[in-house]
Amino acid sequence: MEQLLSLFVQAVFIENMALQMFLGMCTFLAVSKKIETAIGLGVAVIVVQVITVPANNLIFNHLLREGALDWLGMPELSLQFLGFLCYIGVIAAIVQILEMFLDKYVPALYNALGVFLPLITVNCAILGSTLLMVERDYSFPESVAFGLGSGFGWALAIVALAGIREKLKYSDVPEGLRGLGITFITVGLMSLGFMSLSGVSL
Amino acid sequence: MSSVKQILLTPLFENNPIALQILGVCSALAVTTQLSVTLVMCIALTTVTAFSNLFISLIRNHMPSSIRIIVQMTIIASLVIAVDQFLQAFAYEISKNLSVFVGLIITNCIVMGRAEAFAMKNPPGLSFLDGIGNGMGYSLVLIVVASIRELFGSGSLLGFQVLPLIENGGWYQANGLMLLSPSAFFIIGFFIWALRSVKKDQVETREFRMASRSTQDGAF
Repeated sequence: MEQLLSLFVQAVFIENMALQMFLGMCTFLAVSKKIETAIGLGVAVIVVQVITVPANNLIFNHLLREGALDWLGMPELSLQFLGFLCYIGVIAAIVQILEMFLDKYVPALYNALGVFLPLITVNCAILGSTLLMVERDYSFPESVAFGLGSGFGWALAIVALAGIREKLKYSDVPEGLRGLGITFITVGLMSLGFMSLSGVSL
Repeated sequence: MSSVKQILLTPLFENNPIALQILGVCSALAVTTQLSVTLVMCIALTTVTAFSNLFISLIRNHMPSSIRIIVQMTIIASLVIAVDQFLQAFAYEISKNLSVFVGLIITNCIVMGRAEAFAMKNPPGLSFLDGIGNGMGYSLVLIVVASIRELFGSGSLLGFQVLPLIENGGWYQANGLMLLSPSAFFIIGFFIWALRSVKKDQVETREFRMASRSTQDGAF
């Protein structure tokens, strides 16, 4: 349990998806103008992360990994080269199912997240954490903790950036730096701030 | 011939995918600590973009539009698998350095963006060139960022020592910050600033205007 907690804290602060690993940058920069939309997208990312990372973990360990198809009488078979195709397919399918499920049973949440769900399929934070999970060979419980932590860290970063940008729009920024440029520099400063957490260990 | 030239060259400065369209930023930041790694990443991305554009453009008239995204995804993912296997076979060290970022070419918005915006509407030849052009636009930004980071971060370019480090009896004290993540954000921020100072038309409009002195006086 302790190990899972430390994995979670590490994923949120030390290896923050957006600020330290640079994942999910496109949506991070594009959808961080208002706090409300940032919260919506952040929650959607957490939900999708918690489902897709463990799902891909099961697929990797039970279908793709070398020797995983032993029960079919093919002990040497390794389907790892099909990994990318499977993971992105699983992510796209889960996002689609989640969208349909929310539409039918939780319309309030669907209306809040609706616009962002399709965007999430092509968010590299999602595919990125799946690939990191495979690379680091996490077990199933670890993948749950990692998915939750990385989603939460990303949500935290985008909400914080949106808060800063809401105030920043009243400032007098030099012409060429306006908009995208100053956002990059703000994110750089936030990333510096998060670096000071790199000493945290449980 | 002018349209060919235009397709190849506009993504470099006029319509740079990273600086103007905010596409494919993630990998631009993450793989730029060493120039050699960056070059491999640029070649990989340009190849994938060019060929995905070519194949998608070839079948664009046979694809029902309701399932086009999944078809595009499958084509792109297969190309990325091919590139990844190639790198693992012939450049194992660099492929270890790039770690997950080769796989992340699948979700790189440049590839999907060009497939959707250009290859679905244009013939295969032009689409292929458009892919190469956009790959070059992306490479331009990456190579600039990577040169700055490697030169000032470890005093070398492509692994050759350019600025002699103090540890080796030279005069240059390596700036460790350049190798850490924040510097990548700063450099791209300044790159955009420089680009937009030259190309004024890319400056974004203000969301909020400062009240001028005279209206303030009138208000109080």
